[in-house]
Amino acid sequence: MDKNINITLKVWRQKGPKEKGAFETYQLKDISQGSSFLEMLDILNEQLVNDGKDPVVFDHDCREGICGMCSLYIDGHPHGPDSSITTCQLHMRKFNDGATITVEPWRSAGFPVVRDLMVDRYAYDKIIQAGGFVSVNTGGVPDANAIPIPKKDADLAMDAAACIGCGACAAACKNGSAMLFVSAKVSQLALLPQGRAEAARRAKAMVAKMDELGFGNCTNTRACEAECPKDVSISNIARLNREFVKAKLQD
Amino acid sequence: MWLLNSSIGKKLIMSISGIFLILFLLFHMSMNVTAIFSEEAYNWICAFLGSNWYAVAGTLVLAAGVVIHILYSIMLTLQNRKARGNDRYAVNTRPKNVEWASQNMFVLGLVVIGFMVLHFAQFWYKMMFAELMGHHAVDLGGTMVSTTAGAEFIKYYFSQPLIAVLYLVWYVALWFHLTHGFWSAIQTIGWSNAIWLKRWQVISNILATVICLGFAFVTIVFFLKACL
Ligand code: HEM
Ligand code: SF4
Ligand code: FES
Repeated sequence: MDKNINITLKVWRQKGPKEKGAFETYQLKDISQGSSFLEMLDILNEQLVNDGKDPVVFDHDCREGICGMCSLYIDGHPHGPDSSITTCQLHMRKFNDGATITVEPWRSAGFPVVRDLMVDRYAYDKIIQAGGFVSVNTGGVPDANAIPIPKKDADLAMDAAACIGCGACAAACKNGSAMLFVSAKVSQLALLPQGRAEAARRAKAMVAKMDELGFGNCTNTRACEAECPKDVSISNIARLNREFVKAKLQD
Repeated sequence: MWLLNSSIGKKLIMSISGIFLILFLLFHMSMNVTAIFSEEAYNWICAFLGSNWYAVAGTLVLAAGVVIHILYSIMLTLQNRKARGNDRYAVNTRPKNVEWASQNMFVLGLVVIGFMVLHFAQFWYKMMFAELMGHHAVDLGGTMVSTTAGAEFIKYYFSQPLIAVLYLVWYVALWFHLTHGFWSAIQTIGWSNAIWLKRWQVISNILATVICLGFAFVTIVFFLKACL
């Protein structure tokens, strides 16, 4: 049964990208375990505003696990201690009465802190802009069965397409590597005939952008996969390596 | 050149040089195990590999492999630290499925290289190097020993408990490095998928265990022989 709990929050507060940040400790009383983690932060912010203090800044949007906006490194895990969910899907019943919960922003050179718990994840958008798309001529809508696609490929492509670009992979990685994200975005298109045509160009352009933005080199620790809210598999990274080496050897 | 400039290219260099070193270790281990069964055969191999210019050329290629592997490990590790940023997390966890070795490859490599220096001073310097300098016998604990009498070297060093233990520590560090290293190298080349990943991990463990047990076997057998 859900009950009401008292918790201690240690939250990273930082005024701006260049300022020095520090942890602040807050006490929250009578938090329903049925509330979500972000609702709990809303309660904290209301309390802070009522006390005349600055609310904690954090990213969120859909609050249903599909947009990729929420972040937060909670008790040592991106998207919190539960697995296969985003922070917005995390509930307070995962925590016990009297718990101390540490909340940090993503920490990776590729994702500089904007303020408090909000980080700049524009780098991932830049990688997509470098080639994570199919250049289509918009004509009439083709018949759904015009291009037959094996079920296995369709499933693998869908699994890769589940990536919401949240950045937890790079945040979890001791090497600050974005490989899981890039490999998901390369795979979701490379596996399908519509995306196959530009597969070589895409793999080269996206890896080049990823390197240019200063993300690290993957050493296959698998931390990304363990923390990914969408369970994107590192077999995608093997596929990206394959696609990239193949594309370069063809040049 | 993409091999030198891109992250995946540099990882490929790490991976190929690492696999090359593993192949050498397999050979070296098999050669050592011979010594248990026949010291004569072992000495014959040592003589063959010491006096032969092909073997010297092979040693140079091997040295290049080691140097490349280490240079790139330093370069990649520095880049990765920079990519991680200066701000560290206050709370750190290691999710299950993440091997300890995978996050400590550089440290394990440093341990391996440290003992490698010791090993070179004890064996290579007094065997192949001495021979290249024109000596045919070296002083080993007060007696003159032929530079090709490998079995005498093994007996001399592994009869000393401290040295035997140091070598065993070396094999343990190597074991950790290889349990992650082998499948990681295959994954870097791209020869993996959801099913093969698990198989490669099992193969990695077997390979690392065979290599390290082989070396350890020789060390322990010769230590025990000296005690009896
Ligand atoms: C007998 C000697 C060695 C062997 C057989 C060996 C083997 C390997 C292999 C197979 C890999 C995997 C490559 C990959 O992930 O793509 C690797 C990675 C690595 N090695 Fe070694 N290595 C040896 C010595 C060293 C030394 C002396 C160092 C450094 C001081 C070192 C540091 C590293 C590092 C940092 C990695 C990267 C980890 C990764 O990318 O997964 N290794 N090694
Ligand atoms: S791969 Fe997973 S962790 Fe990385 S951005 Fe996509 S959904 Fe987030
Ligand atoms: S707020 Fe949209 S995924 Fe969490």
